[in-house]
Amino acid sequence: MITVGARKAEPGPNGSRHEPAGGAMLGSPSNSDDVLVDCRSLWKIFGSRASAAMKAVQERGLGKTEVLKEFGCVVGVANATFSVRRGEIFCIMGLSGSGKSTLLRMLNRLVEPTSGEVFVKGRALSSLDAAALRELRARHVAMVFQSVALLPHRTVLENAAFGLEVRGVAKAERHRAAEEALRKVGLGDWLQRYPRELSGGMQQRVGLARALAVDPEIILMDEPFSALDPLIRRQLQDEFRQLTKDLGKSAVFITHDLDEAIRIGDRIAIMKDGAIIQIGTPEEIVLAPADDYVAKFVAGISRLHLVKAHSVMVPVERFRAERPDVDPRRLVTTTPDADIDRLIDLILADPAPGIAVVEAGRLVGVVTVRSLLLGLKGSPTPELAPV
Amino acid sequence: MTAPFSPGSWLAPLVGWLNTNFHPFFESVSVTVDAVVEGVRAALLLPPAPIFVALVAGAAGFFLGWRLALLAVAALGFCGLVDLWEESMETLALVTVSVAVAVAIAVPFGILAARRRRFEAALRPVLDVMQTVPPWVYLIPAVIFFGLGQVPAIVATIVYGIPPMLRLTTLGFKQVPEDLVELGRAIGAPPRAILLKIEFPSALPTLLVGLNQCILLSLAMVVLAGLVGAGGLGAEVTRGLTRMELGLGLRAGLAIVAVAILLDRLSRAVLRRGRAASVG
Repeated sequence: MITVGARKAEPGPNGSRHEPAGGAMLGSPSNSDDVLVDCRSLWKIFGSRASAAMKAVQERGLGKTEVLKEFGCVVGVANATFSVRRGEIFCIMGLSGSGKSTLLRMLNRLVEPTSGEVFVKGRALSSLDAAALRELRARHVAMVFQSVALLPHRTVLENAAFGLEVRGVAKAERHRAAEEALRKVGLGDWLQRYPRELSGGMQQRVGLARALAVDPEIILMDEPFSALDPLIRRQLQDEFRQLTKDLGKSAVFITHDLDEAIRIGDRIAIMKDGAIIQIGTPEEIVLAPADDYVAKFVAGISRLHLVKAHSVMVPVERFRAERPDVDPRRLVTTTPDADIDRLIDLILADPAPGIAVVEAGRLVGVVTVRSLLLGLKGSPTPELAPV
Repeated sequence: MTAPFSPGSWLAPLVGWLNTNFHPFFESVSVTVDAVVEGVRAALLLPPAPIFVALVAGAAGFFLGWRLALLAVAALGFCGLVDLWEESMETLALVTVSVAVAVAIAVPFGILAARRRRFEAALRPVLDVMQTVPPWVYLIPAVIFFGLGQVPAIVATIVYGIPPMLRLTTLGFKQVPEDLVELGRAIGAPPRAILLKIEFPSALPTLLVGLNQCILLSLAMVVLAGLVGAGGLGAEVTRGLTRMELGLGLRAGLAIVAVAILLDRLSRAVLRRGRAASVG
């Protein structure tokens, strides 16, 4: 039986989706070689009495409001645990004030955790001295900002080369690397322009090129596309995903927009009030929201390309019981990865009562009009639940 | 007659004690400053006046535009025409040295004040005093320590020139966009690179405003310091005043105006270029 979490990679329109192995989302990941970033019980409490508040939280289990009342401290991030694998795009979705930016900044120690530990490539960040930390930021963990943060008095090329420049890389070499990065983001003809001559979308491409120029393994994206208009944003989302996959980079991507998280992320963590309330693939989040809060976000999400045949099919036995007159082996077939959009096309083209879902030559289920509509509506029905 | 409260009654012995016990120190400062000012003066007077005017006009024209070249010719030409060329150059030398020292002191302190709130709070009353005490009052201890001449003039001028430069340095550094500083940290830039490659360029326009203010205030003070025997245009003004010679006073006064306008316009033009550069 196929479960939602464990499937083979499927080459989608946005580059191949790299699906994680099911069940290894929290706590210790299955294969530590593949884990680039590992966060364990991260807390960030802001305020002058943060350490006392932290102690109280650990000993007495105080909540956010109690910490504020008793210590005058604000809990920014509460007990965040997750890991990011090599080649994965990990989205952190939350509204403003949910602590997502703080969480992101703990991954390169721009923000010092109050408690907990971050491991990047197996090294604990808290064990690094200032020089080693700079080295890590300069070579391994790049960052892209919502505000873009380009230096106005430098050209596009010099901006893209800035990360290498402060590391002391010679001019010719850093300009070569920066030019290559700018070509990758489609700005090869803009090298000698100044940031103010570029549109918002182009400026953010420069920000991305600056991050790519140092050839990091991990890119931290702090709401990079939030300030852009919707068309440009979508274009950049697709390009970013494609580019990240092509280059084999990992990314942690912060957003307040679930659509964006679904479009970009291999996995999504949903944050509320400083805590991660659910981690899963886009499909898992949409099909099985952990609570009402997540469900509310998910309500408006289009399922056409997100939900796949394996999630809306009924088991073969049930189909046989319901429609003894039809032989499922004679139906039109499709793969478990076919999305709803494709299934609708198939059902419209063929008057048969269902579509057989076949995996590796084996019939694994049948999509009927009824199961398709239920899946599209997203109603959790006992009929579909234990697929 | 004694005032009920006279800070001078306990400051004066302190000044006297310092002067007695640290005389060699003040003496060496005096000699050094004298030598530097003389050097700058000599350098300014090295080329004949017309060549110097041509050099300044040429540089202004090349870097800052023909209007400033014209202004330089007019202002410096005027100084020569009223037969106060040497005095003007001497005043320029005094201003140059004073401003250089004032900037060298004000900028690091200004940066520190931008970083540490408490330091800034402690500095503020000191700056207020430095700016509001009538400049003549500085001259008294300065003359006690350094004797008459150009050294007390320069010391008083430096004290007077520091506050505007320092305040604007602090302002400029506080206005550096936080996201740019965060960028510096996020790309692993060492503190020195953040300072030189991010903060300084961002603060530059404000620093240049500070420089402009520092130059003009220093010029005003240097002229005043003619009272204590500093040479230059200030001495001519003082002479005109003490001899009641309107002609001399007016010539010297107008030459000061010419120098002031030239320095102001030149530093403003540099400022405009700085602004233009900082917005790309």
